[in-house]
Amino acid sequence: MVEPFVLWRRLVGAQIRSQLQYRASFVLDLAGSFLISFVDFLAVLVIFHNVPRLGEWSVEEVAFLYALSSISFAVTDLAIGHLDQFPQKIRDGNFDILLVRPRGSLYQVIASDFQLRRLGKAAQGLLVLGYALAALHVDWDPGRVAMLVVMIPAGVVLFSSVWVIGACLSFWTTDGGEFTNAFTYGGAFMAQYPIDIYGTWLRRFLCYIVPLGFVCYFPALYILDKRDPLGLPRFLEFSSPFVALLAALVAGTIWRGAVRHYRSAGG
Amino acid sequence: MIDVEHLSKSFVVRRGKLRRQRHVVDAVADLSFRVERGELLGYLGPNGAGKSTTIKMLTGILVPSSGRVTVAGLDPSRRRIELARRIGAMFGQRVQLWWDLPLIDSFELLRHIYKVPADRYQASLARFREVLDLDPFLHTPVRQLSLGQRIRGELTASLLHEPELLFLDEPTIGLDVVAKQRVRDFLVEINRERGVTVLLTTHDLGDIERLCDRLLVIDHGRLIWDGRIPDLKERYGADRMLIVDLERPAPPLEIEGATVERVDGPRQWLRFRGPAAELTARVAASARLVDLQIAEPDIEEIVRRIYSNPAI
Repeated sequence: MVEPFVLWRRLVGAQIRSQLQYRASFVLDLAGSFLISFVDFLAVLVIFHNVPRLGEWSVEEVAFLYALSSISFAVTDLAIGHLDQFPQKIRDGNFDILLVRPRGSLYQVIASDFQLRRLGKAAQGLLVLGYALAALHVDWDPGRVAMLVVMIPAGVVLFSSVWVIGACLSFWTTDGGEFTNAFTYGGAFMAQYPIDIYGTWLRRFLCYIVPLGFVCYFPALYILDKRDPLGLPRFLEFSSPFVALLAALVAGTIWRGAVRHYRSAGG
Repeated sequence: MIDVEHLSKSFVVRRGKLRRQRHVVDAVADLSFRVERGELLGYLGPNGAGKSTTIKMLTGILVPSSGRVTVAGLDPSRRRIELARRIGAMFGQRVQLWWDLPLIDSFELLRHIYKVPADRYQASLARFREVLDLDPFLHTPVRQLSLGQRIRGELTASLLHEPELLFLDEPTIGLDVVAKQRVRDFLVEINRERGVTVLLTTHDLGDIERLCDRLLVIDHGRLIWDGRIPDLKERYGADRMLIVDLERPAPPLEIEGATVERVDGPRQWLRFRGPAAELTARVAASARLVDLQIAEPDIEEIVRRIYSNPAI
């Protein structure tokens, strides 16, 4: 179990060394991603400048949701954001190089890059989280701390699963990056807001189809000790790690099917 | 080492803009051959003949449509990962090295990907550094290497885990004469000294002629030649060329058993078949010879003939 992780660190370390070769470009990208993500949060503040509450949610609570979603999204983006260039790997045949190495294909694709320059968004998420926690007066107990610690990895796994499933599409289309982005970036955007503000159709989509609602909404209800405005069963508050695991299994299965298709249809 | 029986691979291609129709294309059709351990085999064919498709099936990248493949005792498509430890592959036009990092870093990463024990790794690397003269650029980022240097790096990368079988796709493409020769010498070395079986896909007939004992030729997905190179010459182009330099320019010589192909001043090219001794004697009897040489049939010429008329 440890060896693949050690190798992952080595491979990712190599990518980071590569990126640092172009220092100026790296610093600019980092600063850019930090600034752009603030514009993103500005949108939240603009909404609350016009309305005092968003459904049942105050600005601090939405900031809390926003921050947790941002952090999970940013960590995913760091680790596997390069999957949006995966169609290119299929097209130029570089995926074949991975297939003649004695490692799993998904593992190698994930370990093939690391977008350190997207660290800016994670930093912004942490700042917003700091602001939200300072303003919110959460009644911390071991359960809530545990939830906060677990929900971010669970969120990363959920986001990652959606990413991987999106990348699988390119085995058939050898392109289609934009379609995938609608789910990955679009889903991430929607997970930043409480899902009870959306219409039924969109809400169901975020719970059952692309389960990004589980990234923040349900765990946040628990941490903030809020009654679910939707009146959904309380056990859902603890469901995100399980949903994450299930999503990962589904993503893994789809990946295997996609690679099998690729190998029998021949890139 | 490789056992291929009735191997076929067909692809479904969709053509047309509005009403897309499905067409089934046979990239490889009913291919059968065997490769013994320690062979250095050439695999030749025009673009789109099915070479890459075959290599992809042998390395486990593609699953065959029908037929049977065994490589190193394994079914490649089912046991891809296991097979990957035992084979090496180098695609001349793709980069498996880490572009922005020093060459040595790529070797280190591959050592961990393949789980090569440290002592074995050090020993192999030491040998490659010497044979391929890697030291001058071992710490240079791959993107700054010349093509020849990069290919030497790629070769090392595909051999560090000591594979029994090496697949090479166009290893000498784009190299200058010196670099080409270096790669060829190296391939002979690993084949002879270390018994690595090599399957060489190439357009470069020089590679084939200097390296391979045996040649497979594929066209339109079908095997059209499997045999030794001298036999190929015998069968498709037994004609040799006698090139004579006469004392002074002369009209084309009329010699029994030979036809003059070309005249250039005092030099004449005579195409002939059979032993050269008698012919030379006859030429010497009818004209004053200054010098002569015999040219063996050119494999390029032969292959062109096979491609254009496979039914011979």
